[in-house]
Amino acid sequence: MSDFLLELRCEEIPARMQKGARADLEKLFRSELSAAGVTPGEIVVWSTPRRLALIARDLPEQTEAVSEEAKGPPEGAPDQAIDGFCRKNGVTRDQLELRDVKGRATYFAVKNIPGRAVKDVLAEAIPAVIRAFPWPKSMRWGAASLSSESGRWVRPLSGILALFGDDLVECEVHGVTSGLVTAGHRFHHSGDITIGHVDNYQEKLRACHVIVDHAEREALIRDKAQSAARNAGLVLVEDEGLVVENAGLTEWPVPLLGRFDEAFLEVPPEVIQLSARTNQKYFICNDASGNLANAFICTANIEAADGGAAIVAGNEKVLAARLADARFFWDVDRKKSLAEHAEGLKRITFHEKLGTVADKVERVAKLARWLVEQDIVKGADAQQAEQAARLSKADLVTEMVGEFPELQGLIGGYYAAAEGLPEAVSDAIRDHYKPVGQGDDVPSAPVTIAVSLADKLDTLVGFFQIDEKPTGSKDPFALRRAAIGILSLILENDLRAFMFDLITAAAHPGKTSEAGREIASFLIERLKVQQRDANIRHDMVDAVVAVEQGGDNVRMVKRIAALQAFIGSEDGANLLAGYKRAANILKKEDWHGEEGEISRTGEEDPLAMVDDPDLAPVIRAKMDERHLEDLSYEPDDAEKALMEALSKAEPRAAAAVAAEDFEGAMAALASLRAPIDDFFENVTVNADDPAKRAARLSLLDRFRAAVHNVADFSKIDG
Amino acid sequence: MILALHNYWSEQGCVILQPYDMRVGAGTFHTATTLRALGPEPWNAAFVQPCRRPTDGRYGENPNRLQHYYQYQVILKPSPPDLQDLYLKSLEVIGIDPLKHDIRFVEDDWESPTLGAWGLGWEVWCDGMEVTQFTYFQQMGGYDCKPVAGELTYGLERLAMYIQNVDNVYDLDFNGRGVSYGDVFLENEKQMSKWNFEVANTDALFDLFGKAEAECQNALQANVPIAAYEQAIEASHIFNLLQARGVISVQERASYMGRVRDLARGSCEAYMAKEKDRWISAYPEWQA
Repeated sequence: MSDFLLELRCEEIPARMQKGARADLEKLFRSELSAAGVTPGEIVVWSTPRRLALIARDLPEQTEAVSEEAKGPPEGAPDQAIDGFCRKNGVTRDQLELRDVKGRATYFAVKNIPGRAVKDVLAEAIPAVIRAFPWPKSMRWGAASLSSESGRWVRPLSGILALFGDDLVECEVHGVTSGLVTAGHRFHHSGDITIGHVDNYQEKLRACHVIVDHAEREALIRDKAQSAARNAGLVLVEDEGLVVENAGLTEWPVPLLGRFDEAFLEVPPEVIQLSARTNQKYFICNDASGNLANAFICTANIEAADGGAAIVAGNEKVLAARLADARFFWDVDRKKSLAEHAEGLKRITFHEKLGTVADKVERVAKLARWLVEQDIVKGADAQQAEQAARLSKADLVTEMVGEFPELQGLIGGYYAAAEGLPEAVSDAIRDHYKPVGQGDDVPSAPVTIAVSLADKLDTLVGFFQIDEKPTGSKDPFALRRAAIGILSLILENDLRAFMFDLITAAAHPGKTSEAGREIASFLIERLKVQQRDANIRHDMVDAVVAVEQGGDNVRMVKRIAALQAFIGSEDGANLLAGYKRAANILKKEDWHGEEGEISRTGEEDPLAMVDDPDLAPVIRAKMDERHLEDLSYEPDDAEKALMEALSKAEPRAAAAVAAEDFEGAMAALASLRAPIDDFFENVTVNADDPAKRAARLSLLDRFRAAVHNVADFSKIDG
Repeated sequence: MILALHNYWSEQGCVILQPYDMRVGAGTFHTATTLRALGPEPWNAAFVQPCRRPTDGRYGENPNRLQHYYQYQVILKPSPPDLQDLYLKSLEVIGIDPLKHDIRFVEDDWESPTLGAWGLGWEVWCDGMEVTQFTYFQQMGGYDCKPVAGELTYGLERLAMYIQNVDNVYDLDFNGRGVSYGDVFLENEKQMSKWNFEVANTDALFDLFGKAEAECQNALQANVPIAAYEQAIEASHIFNLLQARGVISVQERASYMGRVRDLARGSCEAYMAKEKDRWISAYPEWQA
């Protein structure tokens, strides 16, 4: 058993790719070994910006010998066939063996593949791994790139260290020949470092200012950044993404604390954080009371002789320049009111068929006001909703958002607050983009809800009206996200409205209104996706959508949840089975009601004249009760019991549905379970007597209708 | 600083060239970069290129944004194996000690849709400041670079600010005898910002764009691709001016960019076609 060390050196690997590269290296290496029948012990993979390293423990020296055999043609087969078999298996005719197969002598080719030196396996595996490496972006380089066949790597590949036990594993790939040397830190060490044993690798590199284990560098950055902040009496704002990124940019990380002018703190803290984090990869710090402090922590890659004074000074200057820019924007932008900035939106096209951003804002303002006035969004001031909507996009034309686009909304909120606008308005401007995707905070402040919902409805409906719908993986206008946002706003805030009313209100004048139905079904699809995360089955959604009119999402979701809980119960599962059986029989018998049905529900019956949908089941139960007396035969007990159960359950379910007591409606259905089971157990539907058969099919039809009043069970799987 | 870089890169075998005498947005537009990146022949050159970016004008009020500034560009084809080391030595030559200052290679890939070009590389940081763009060209004019060229673009003003330790570009010492960058360029920035943003006659610019486009086609038909490429550069700059004047809408923008790209690509294509036979006879293993 020996250990194996592989190090692939190259020019700086982007930090964001290193984690994936470590996983890919291990995966490809394992698959090469397993193809050769070698099972490694523990495997460790490390990365720095300039190298990927892999250590595999306890590899055997030799692979196992294997014997493979192939069955060929029987004895006496044409020569052609036998020769062909030999060629295929790479053996000569005299090497074939004859064996008895079910009484026939048959040729067999037996190949004994001897064990191979694992060193040779490795020598083939290394180039194979390198050639197959799935970098997200790779490149060609150097003189060899004259040919388009030249090798690819993330950046130019510069060296391969391959050591198995005490031996070099010789190989060559992309013009690089393997060796036993590695390189130390780019600036702290020059010349080759020879590695004689796997176990010396990590420590020899450390002596040359390279911490090869990325996890160790990450821990070091975490600790040293924290202590640098603590020593200055501050608290580090922890940021694991930055820890990993800085570890991916350094071989010898040295966190250093720098300062910036306190005067910059008047700029919104998010702007400072963004400047520091995104552009410079600095950590930021809070003071003891939790406010942003005028300090940052950068992570250098050298141990400078002056303790990093020059480095800190340089970084301070860079950050100061960025913050000076930001403060310049902050000052310039506030010279105009948001309303004045909003004038600039007239020059920005939202979409060529949907007008300018100013046009959009105008529509959103009207819609936001409407949502409040219709009492769909409760507790908001209509005037404020309209005002917030009108100003909501004004920050898009400010210098600050031009520089930091990811701060849209937030900056508008700051400027609104600085102008002295009501808090509800500035909060709405700040948060109206939310929720951005699933999992984001859903606004709960009434004015914000109105603006956010109006904005998203306008986008969704507008793009559908100009036929710019998402297709497959393409959703350039993020309409799926808008739809999810709309649903979250409605459901989390209990907004009661029919989807069709919202879509109609948001419809752009002068554009086709045909899109309404498509939008509604698009929203239902999104609802399924959204509910899936709450473990709600899509067929439950279908079963409820089929019986809900208008699409009040809050009501639907309650009903869906109750339905799924019911179907999950024993009563529910049995009732579903009973329903399916009834529906199958009705389908098989092609039952559409008996002759004279019209007279039972027709105009002659005064009760049938009442057209209140909530009363319908009640009336039906009453009428059925009356007609029970009309039966020409004495019903069986189970038949009678089902009739009675239906007469009780129908009005109960109807009343519960009307009161949105869906658990109650399910309970009413549950009361039908025993009677329907008994019915199927004891009553012959397909009776010889046509009157009996008709009456019993009618009864099943009635049962099906009763169930449908709660949910369309035919849509439910199982 | 420029002299130190010239000396250094000259020692490394680079041809020292003068700036291209046309208005361009970046050193990459120099024919010594764009056209010479095509084809199999080795090519090593270094030069200063003044760059004009009309929309970056700030009327001389911003300490580090200019509509006219200087790049130092080095192109080495094929990219040598020790390009990073050569580059780092050039920093030492102009006075940056890598054991005192934190030099880092941070991922930054380069793409120029107008040139149909892209490459992988880094922005080089010195104590957190980007001082150089370091790129391995992979495609130019829509063609794979065979072989790949390495391109280094130093931001001269930034480096000078760093070395002289000044916060405002206009405070840079230009000659060691009291002439500052501001003395030389401040008035130029003010006037050119005004012209770029407010004054330039847009009808005339649209007209010039059309004429450059037509002349490019004319040159292509006469099989003089270098002349055609010059017209592509001209059209590109006029497009930038029109942008600064704010008269190109978002939708039109894509279409104008497409037109410039077609000119640039057409020129590269014609350049390739013209040189192809010669290249193939000298480098039989090379294919377009």
